[in-house]
Amino acid sequence: MRKDRAFKIILLLSGLLIILLLSGIFLSLVFSSIPSIKEFGINFLFSNTWSPVNSKFGALPFLIGTLLTATLSLLISIPFSLSISIFLSEILKNRFISKIFQTFIELIAGIPSVIVGLWGLFILAPVIRNIQTKIGIQPIGVGIFTASIILSIMIIPYSASIGKEVISMVPNEVKEGAISLGATEFETLKVVILPFSFKGVFAGFLLSFGRAFGETMAVTMVIGNANRIPVSIFSPGQTMASLIANEFTEATTKLYTSSLIEIGLILFVVSMLINILGRLIIRRFTF
Amino acid sequence: MKKDNIKKRVFNDKLYRTFVSLFSFLSIIPLFLIVYFVLTRGIKYINLKFIFSMPKPMGEIGGGIFNAITGSFIIVGISALISIPIGILVGVFLSEYKEKKYIEIIKIFVDTLQGIPSIVIGIIAYLWIVKPLRHFSALSGSIALSFIMLPLVIKATEEILNLIPIEIKEAAYALGAPYHRIVLKILLPSASVGILTGILIGISRIMGETAPLLFTAFGNQFFNLNIFKPMSTIPYLIYVYATSPYREWHNQAFAASTILIIIVLSINLFGRFVEKKWKM
Repeated sequence: MRKDRAFKIILLLSGLLIILLLSGIFLSLVFSSIPSIKEFGINFLFSNTWSPVNSKFGALPFLIGTLLTATLSLLISIPFSLSISIFLSEILKNRFISKIFQTFIELIAGIPSVIVGLWGLFILAPVIRNIQTKIGIQPIGVGIFTASIILSIMIIPYSASIGKEVISMVPNEVKEGAISLGATEFETLKVVILPFSFKGVFAGFLLSFGRAFGETMAVTMVIGNANRIPVSIFSPGQTMASLIANEFTEATTKLYTSSLIEIGLILFVVSMLINILGRLIIRRFTF
Repeated sequence: MKKDNIKKRVFNDKLYRTFVSLFSFLSIIPLFLIVYFVLTRGIKYINLKFIFSMPKPMGEIGGGIFNAITGSFIIVGISALISIPIGILVGVFLSEYKEKKYIEIIKIFVDTLQGIPSIVIGIIAYLWIVKPLRHFSALSGSIALSFIMLPLVIKATEEILNLIPIEIKEAAYALGAPYHRIVLKILLPSASVGILTGILIGISRIMGETAPLLFTAFGNQFFNLNIFKPMSTIPYLIYVYATSPYREWHNQAFAASTILIIIVLSINLFGRFVEKKWKM
């Protein structure tokens, strides 16, 4: 009996550990950001000077860079991920082929981000550079656009697998109802399946947006690392995550490090909110 | 007129099928493009010497990545040792107490932990380990990676345990087995293959992680087995070599990527294979 009680206490402690771990992460980030928060206050988010030499730090270029790449990559990924979700749950009836196809999709998610970045830097960027020369823009190759393409490749598997799950949860009776009324499969999709699973599909997009928001290595390698507000989608830029990756080890002053950590805090809070919201929608959907 | 309408509807339906199938197949093309280009550029530089020798100084021809390979295995090994036992315990906790209200909160915490961008995990390991010890170390990298692997092990354990029929547990209770023995000797063994899959997928994931290692394990030009010192890893080496200006290093980055892709994808596929076998 005593062993039983000890075992139950260990289990409870392990749960407590998770709570402590996450609170510890949050508090550490807040605590280490204090010098920067004190110095710049809310202006940190609206200033566009990032100048370690003058100890002036503003996160606006990186906020814009991050929002731009994440949004663009989500927009690129939607037709693909939605197609995969529908393809796997509604069109492909052969279970064996479906399984293989799904494995391929999941393997994309399994490729290390640094390798996707390597490919983006040496194979994709030159292709983009050629296109840029042809349409008459300054041929840089790397930049917001290239990063968005790379990101969209990386997030497609996530929204596709969530989308597939919620779409297969649409009850057969509802679909059969539409088909028995003479609807084609396309019409069934339009009037029954998509409205029925809209929230879940939306949550999938939200969660993959969160992924794109915090993805680091691949973006760092292809975004061009320019600490200014991007003027077009082809110009080089910087996201919050790539900024930290590039400059954290170079940060010499306390204020510099603290500003970078505050950017990490923003990343943490935003991805936490996106995650909680997304999971809540999905959880409500499944019940 | 009615007939035209039907024609149009059927046409739309066909259009929809073509569109969806086309876009689905287009989405897996990047997988082949990435694997193809990395492998074809990398494989010609791989030989025993590349695997078993040390890096040459900056810009010099030749040299290998032996220190990065050993470093990767040591750092990933330690993170697995940290995250597997804790992850399994938390997974058991989540599954065994699932009726309790507070479990939902802990589940959200686990989800949140999984969603933290890996670069932020790197900052945390820096603040918690590197800063107090005053230098980069392999250990801090292991701890950063274990934060990433932990939620994966937790979820795999919880999901598999939830699938085990309650009758098995009831039978053990009826025989008078104490609670901890039911969990350790009955529930966990029956879930072991599922947990193993989760562990393998987790290992394949952290094997390729770079961002959390940038300012924790850092890198090291030399061979090092001391976990309190900086250590090189394959993904970190790929990042440094790829972003360097030297052509020789670019080629080595492709070669190292080939090795990493083979390691990561085979662990990943092995995990899936194990899962499939268990399901039958």
